[in-house]
Amino acid sequence: MKLELRGITKRFGSLVANDNINLTVNPGEIHCLLGENGAGKSTLMNVLYGLYHAEEGEILLDDVVQDFAGPGDAMAAGIGMVHQHFMLIPVFTVAENVMLGHEETTFGGRLNMTATRKTVRELSDRFGFDLDPDALVEDLPVGVQQRVEIIKALSKNAQVLVFDEPTAVLTPQETDELMLIMKQLRDAGTAIVFITHKLREVREVADRITVIRLGKVVGEAEPTATNEELASLMVGRAVDLMIDKGPADPGAPALVVKDLSVIDHVGQMVVNRVSFEVRAGEILAIAGVQGNGQTELTEAIMGLQQHVTGEISLDGKPLNRLSVNKVLNSGVGFVPEDRNVDGLVGDFTVAENLMLDRSDGEPFVKFGNLQLGYLATFAEEKVEQFDIRAQGIRTLVGRLSGGNQQKVVLARELSRELRLFVAAQPTRGLDVGSIEFVHTQIVAARDAGVAVIVVSTELDEVAALADRVAVMYRGGIIGIVPGDTSRDVLGLMMAGEHHDSRGAVA
Amino acid sequence: MSAVSQTSGAGADKIVLEKAFVKNWKAPISFGVVTIVALLLFVLNGREGTSSFKLTADATAIQLPVIQLPTVATGIVITVLLAGLTAYSAYRVQTERKTPLWIVAIFAFLFLVGFLAWAGAGASIPVYGLLLGTVALSAPLIFGALGGVISERSGVVNIAIEGQMLAGAFVSAMVATLTGNAFAGLFGAMVAGMLVSFVLAAFAIKYLVDQIIVGVVLNVLVLGLTSFFYSTIMTANPQMFNQPARFPRIEIPVLSQIPIIGPLLFQQTIIIYIMYVTVFVVWYGLFHTRWGLRVRSVGEHPQAADTVGIKVGVTRFWNVSLAGAVAGMGGAYFTLGSVGAFNKEMTAGAGFIALAAVIFGQWDPLKATMAALLFGFATNLQSVLGVIGSPVPSEFMLMLPYVVTILAVAGFVGKSRAPAADGKPYIK
Repeated sequence: MKLELRGITKRFGSLVANDNINLTVNPGEIHCLLGENGAGKSTLMNVLYGLYHAEEGEILLDDVVQDFAGPGDAMAAGIGMVHQHFMLIPVFTVAENVMLGHEETTFGGRLNMTATRKTVRELSDRFGFDLDPDALVEDLPVGVQQRVEIIKALSKNAQVLVFDEPTAVLTPQETDELMLIMKQLRDAGTAIVFITHKLREVREVADRITVIRLGKVVGEAEPTATNEELASLMVGRAVDLMIDKGPADPGAPALVVKDLSVIDHVGQMVVNRVSFEVRAGEILAIAGVQGNGQTELTEAIMGLQQHVTGEISLDGKPLNRLSVNKVLNSGVGFVPEDRNVDGLVGDFTVAENLMLDRSDGEPFVKFGNLQLGYLATFAEEKVEQFDIRAQGIRTLVGRLSGGNQQKVVLARELSRELRLFVAAQPTRGLDVGSIEFVHTQIVAARDAGVAVIVVSTELDEVAALADRVAVMYRGGIIGIVPGDTSRDVLGLMMAGEHHDSRGAVA
Repeated sequence: MSAVSQTSGAGADKIVLEKAFVKNWKAPISFGVVTIVALLLFVLNGREGTSSFKLTADATAIQLPVIQLPTVATGIVITVLLAGLTAYSAYRVQTERKTPLWIVAIFAFLFLVGFLAWAGAGASIPVYGLLLGTVALSAPLIFGALGGVISERSGVVNIAIEGQMLAGAFVSAMVATLTGNAFAGLFGAMVAGMLVSFVLAAFAIKYLVDQIIVGVVLNVLVLGLTSFFYSTIMTANPQMFNQPARFPRIEIPVLSQIPIIGPLLFQQTIIIYIMYVTVFVVWYGLFHTRWGLRVRSVGEHPQAADTVGIKVGVTRFWNVSLAGAVAGMGGAYFTLGSVGAFNKEMTAGAGFIALAAVIFGQWDPLKATMAALLFGFATNLQSVLGVIGSPVPSEFMLMLPYVVTILAVAGFVGKSRAPAADGKPYIK
């Protein structure tokens, strides 16, 4: 089935998310939609899927104009979507998720599970997925959940499949497998729209590439284009993909972690007897697929976890059993994983957010009173220094873009005298320009002699920053390897395979 | 190492973590406290005499013998058994094992027997009457809890159960009196419960008002309205408006002859039989039909339901309304099944106990029914003990159902998992 979008325009208030976008996808073709976060890719696809209604423009399938009132209509017309955040119900089985919305029933209105199980088995056999129809979705690894999404779309006879940032949650190996599946589907005659901001993947599978920036189509490219060409098209200026980073000059061990275990509320060892050290002036990257204990490890260091055993010490002084406040005061800076939940108060101003963790005394508070004058001076200075693009220091942080929000967090955390800097997923959801800035700041902190831990699920980021890499798998550290270790080796380690040079600590 | 790897697909492994045991002394400590209470009451403060447990009613064909127990000896034996269970529970925690539910059940049962024997020393304890009253007192709670389960499974917190029941009670009394037909009254109760639900649904789903606040306000509103009409219309002319036809008692052949449970369950009014059917239908419907799958999907992950073409708002709206109709039947039970007339504030907090049963029952229709039975039992125990003259001051006994509610919800609520989108409005 041929898909054509003509002159799609979608506005949210005064913001134009999609501006007169044209796009054609032919059957048996993988069409890549490349653009930064916030460029309008997902909005466009939500228009296509009937979740949003476009102000102008039309959608054509095999040259017939369509009018979708909701996702039900889009699905009936043959459009399937694999969402970035899976649209699966965690407490349902695979079969229940696949049947939802077009259930078959037998006598007495009873759900026909037998027929659905058969459909799931047939489709999963055809693509070699090996899915158990009766497994609960929440028990499946994300890579397998994604296959459930694909089966769900195929079971509704989708002829056009949209993959919205499908690789964000996958290991490198799972990503390779997904690429194979996409090629398989293409060869079976499906029209595929592949939305991403990762250049490597685009060049691997795309038959055609359309680049979107700020809601507009800014160009088309061939899969043979270089990374630099694609990146500059996407960002609108020349970008340097690798940051300047001199060799590390590690000093004495600053953070020493010995036999650290964290037990969660259901009694699982989410961090399992982990030992490592970070020297002053080096960056230790903690790589791994999301959910292998990285979050809990950083939270344990910060004093945010309840059941922690083992030892953590900074410059020889124990950190465990201290309150969060005391951990911060002993010179630890922390960029939490989710800046909107843990890093910032959205309804506070930029200035207020900059002093969030310093409300217990001078210079910001005297005799219980906020020193607003001092705060204003301080905030102005930080806004300038960290290039925070806000209307003023009294702008609410919730109104800023992701990149500027993250700069506020960095400005706050780096404005203290630090001994250890822990950054969890510091560039998640940021545009290329902000990523450059954040990376530069992290390297600057290292060069100033701070011990740095960067937790990241993105191998690009690990490669750009790490002096050494610790790979986490199922709560344990599977190995610590030098920063220049190849992607393939890191990928295997992330999937739980021990590397030969394990223990060859750089 | 117990890290079992499970291969699924081409090499993608499930993240399986090692289990660690966190020692939790909650069970043995609570057991210990109860055992000390038993020691103080049954042994140190024991009462002379014999306690007789009467298992069958006088009128039934098959009579079971009356069980006679010496009070003090029973108290001592039971206290020893309770102490033994406490020690066993502590031993299990020490060796890193949990206290299973069956131990809790045995413990509670033993304490109950001991308590009845102690409180009813020298008197006859009507076990049958205790159980029969439990069914009667639980019926409205069960209807209310089912209403709560349906609504919350679809993602709308139903604080308004109390209001739905009270509206049902009022309207059923009025309609049944005016028409002279109890079935018309029951239907009227369902409509009344639904009307209350419409308001809840409209504000919660369409206007995204906080569901708890709307629910609380509705309870107050219904209380005010029914009290007003009761004191103006009904009290002025009770023959005309407040003498509803009541449901007759129907005996089910054969089944009603089974000792103890026969007369208990199968010599009831039709509304109780409707309750049995409703419990089954709601359970079957929720877990085995298209309706249930869709209701649960909008309560767990409305966005996912939306992307497969299920209309979230509409689904929620009609299921909140259905929940109101079911809770309304619980209200009708007050007037048409037990009391026989409407009284001011006659639901007296039953809606809130039903809400506790929903949570205690983990949003499952069958477990919520069990929870409602437990609360009904506690309520009846208090009145039966009042009749046989228990040594505990009646003010304390009046607290019993609420103490059981608090203990049940506090002790188990941590383990239960609400529908993920319960109480969260869906905004596209």
